[in-house]
Amino acid sequence: MAILVTPETKVLVQGITGSFGGRHAQLSLEYGSQIVAGVTPGKGGQTFEDKVPVFDTVAQAVAETGTTTSAVFVPPPFAADAILEGVDAGLDLVVCITEGIPVNDMVKVKRALEGSKTRLIGPNCPGIVTPGDGKQSSGGCRIGIAPGYIHKKGNIGVVSRSGTLTYEAVWQLTCRGVGQSTCVGIGGDPVNGTSHLDVIKMFNDDPDTHGIIMIGEIGGSAEEEAAAWIRDNCKKPVAGFIAGTTAPPGRRMGHAGAIVSGGKGTAEAKIEAFREAGIQVAQTPSEMADVLLKVM
Amino acid sequence: MNIHEYQAKELLARNGVNVPSGKACKSIEEAQTAAQALFDAGQSMLVIKSQIHAGGRGKGTFKSGFQGGVHLCKSVEETVETAKAMLGEVLVTKQTGPEGREVKTLLVASAEKIVKELYLAVLLDRNTSKPIVMASTEGGVDIEEVAEKTPEKIVKETIDPAMGMMPYQARKIAAALNLPSSLTGQATKLLMGVYKTFWSCDASMVEINPLCIVENVDETQGIAAVDAKISLDDNALYRHKDILEMRDLAEEAPLEIEAGKFDLNYIKLHGNIACLVNGAGLAMATMDIIKHYGGDPANFLDVGGGASREQVTAAFKIILSDPNVKGILVNIFGGIMQCDVIAEGVVSAAKETNLSIPLVVRLEGNNVEIGKKILNESGLELISGDSMADAAKKIVAVV
Repeated sequence: MAILVTPETKVLVQGITGSFGGRHAQLSLEYGSQIVAGVTPGKGGQTFEDKVPVFDTVAQAVAETGTTTSAVFVPPPFAADAILEGVDAGLDLVVCITEGIPVNDMVKVKRALEGSKTRLIGPNCPGIVTPGDGKQSSGGCRIGIAPGYIHKKGNIGVVSRSGTLTYEAVWQLTCRGVGQSTCVGIGGDPVNGTSHLDVIKMFNDDPDTHGIIMIGEIGGSAEEEAAAWIRDNCKKPVAGFIAGTTAPPGRRMGHAGAIVSGGKGTAEAKIEAFREAGIQVAQTPSEMADVLLKVM
Repeated sequence: MNIHEYQAKELLARNGVNVPSGKACKSIEEAQTAAQALFDAGQSMLVIKSQIHAGGRGKGTFKSGFQGGVHLCKSVEETVETAKAMLGEVLVTKQTGPEGREVKTLLVASAEKIVKELYLAVLLDRNTSKPIVMASTEGGVDIEEVAEKTPEKIVKETIDPAMGMMPYQARKIAAALNLPSSLTGQATKLLMGVYKTFWSCDASMVEINPLCIVENVDETQGIAAVDAKISLDDNALYRHKDILEMRDLAEEAPLEIEAGKFDLNYIKLHGNIACLVNGAGLAMATMDIIKHYGGDPANFLDVGGGASREQVTAAFKIILSDPNVKGILVNIFGGIMQCDVIAEGVVSAAKETNLSIPLVVRLEGNNVEIGKKILNESGLELISGDSMADAAKKIVAVV
C-alpha cells in the first residue's frame, strides 16, 4: 500500500507533447510508471515515444485506456481549464505541476471541485512519488518532476509545499537506508487542491506508513491546522520543518503563497503550533530525517 | 505588482466606484491646471497627495525638511507652492525605509468634507479559498491594530466566486457599518463596484482606507473612496495589458528588476552572505540555516528548476552588485539537473565575474561526484560543503 497512487496506477499526461511535459513523461516511463495516455488538443492520434497514445480530450483517454489519474503540464493560462477537464472526465486524481496559474482561476477551480469525486494535488508542485522496489526505487509511480532515483521503497510519508526541500528530506532518508511509502508535494500556491492535513490523514490511515515528515513554510495557516489535528488524532510520529524564519514580512518568497502578511503566517507561529502538537521540529533542514528517526 | 493611489482610483472609477475628482500631475504646470479646473468647478478646498508605493505618506517628511506628503490647499497659488515643495523631492515614511522614495507624481483632488471614516477591503481568504470582504467602522487607522484590539469591529462577508458578490451581501455590509439608510443605495453600488474591481482586475487585494461618508456642497451625504490601494496578482498580469502599463519601475528595487529578466527570483536583504539556490523552499531554508549558524543572509535567490549557465552567471552578477556581500553560498539539489552541468555553470560564472570573495558550494543529487571534481579542478578557491549544515557553517566561518 501507499497513499494516492500505487505502481499500478494508470497515468495520463495532459500536455505530453510540450517540452516540459514530454521530458517528464519520458522520465516517468524510464522509472517504470504506467504512463498510458497523453492529451494535447489537436494532436489526437499521435503516439508519444512510439508507445503512448495521444488523445484530443481527457474523456477519450479515459474511455480508451482506463486512466484514473492525470499529471497536468499545461501552461498557466490554460491550466485551470485542463484541471476542470480532468474533473469532468471523472478522474480520481489530478496532479497539477504548472507554476504561475492566476489565483482567481484556482479560486474557480476549487469551487468547482466542491462535491466532485476528483482530488487535486497542487498546482505549482513537484508531484507524487510512490517508490517501487526496483533499482533506485524504479517500478514505482512517479507523477510530476521529482527525481525518481533519490527515493527508496519504505515506510515514511513525506508531505511538503516545496519541491527541493522534499527532495532534501527524501534524500536524507534514503542515505540513511530508510525508505518512503509516498512523497507528496502539495505546492506553493495560496489556493491548492490538497492541504497538509488532507495528506496527514491519509498517512495516518495507511498501514504502510509508520512515520511522517511534514515540511511547511511561511504564509497561510495550513500547517497550524494540520498540527492541531495531529495533536488530537495522529497515531504516528511526525517530524516537521518550517522554512522562512528569516523571510522579511510582506514579501513573496518565490512561491506565490509564501508571504507573511498582516503579521499572519509567520514561521515562529507555525513552529510553536508544531511544538504544541508534539511534532518534533528540525532546527535546520539538514536534520529533517535524523529528527524523525530519533522518535521512530 | 502594486500600483499608485491615482491608478487604483482610476480602476475603481471604471467600475462605478465614487472617488473624489482629481488628476495625476507630473509637473508644476499640470498641478496648476488641475487645481484651477477643480476650483472653477466649485471646489473650495483641494488635497495634494504624493504618489509613492508606501503608506504613512501624510506623516512622512521630505529629505528637504518639508513636512508631510499630503497637504490641503485653499488656492491655486497655495497648490503651486506646495507642489514645488513636493515634486521631485524624496519622501521618507515609516514604510519607505531611510532611503525614501522620489515623488514623481502628485494627485491633485477635491478635498472631501468627511463626516465619518470607515474601512473596506477585498482579499483572498486562504482558509476558504474564496474572496472575502472586510469592513469596519474604524477607518483611517491601522486595520491590523483594530483586528488585534477590537476584532468585533471588523465584519467579514465571504463571496461565492461562482456568483460574485450579490446585492444583499452589499446591503448587509452597509447595515453592519451603521450607514444611514438613505445611503444604502449608494453604498451598495460602491461595494459591488469594489468587488468587481477586485475580481475583474485579478487583484490580490483592494483596500479603501478610509472609505468616507462625505458631505456634498448641497449638504446631502454621499460615500466615497478617499484613499485606495490595489495589489495585483502577478500571475494574471498577462491578461491585463492596460494594468501592466501602470507598472512603475522606479518603485521597484533595480536588482530585483534585473533578476526578473533572467527568470530569477531575487529579494535583497540586509546581511552579508549571499545565497544562490534552486527552489523557493530550499532558498528560504538556506537563508534560515545561515542565520541559525550565526551568519546574516544578504538575499533570497531562487534560480528555479533549470539553473542554466546563463542564469547562474546572471545570478552571480546580481549578487555581487550588492556591496554588502562578503561571501557566497551556492546550494543546489540537482534532482533532474545534472550536478556536473551546474558545477560548470558555477565555475564559468565565478571566472567571468572575477570572483574575489569566499565561495562555498554544496551540490547534491545527479552526477554529484563529477560535479565536485569539476569544482575541485577549476583552479578556483572555492570551498566544498557536504551537507547544508556543513556548507552554512563553512561560509559563516570565513565571512
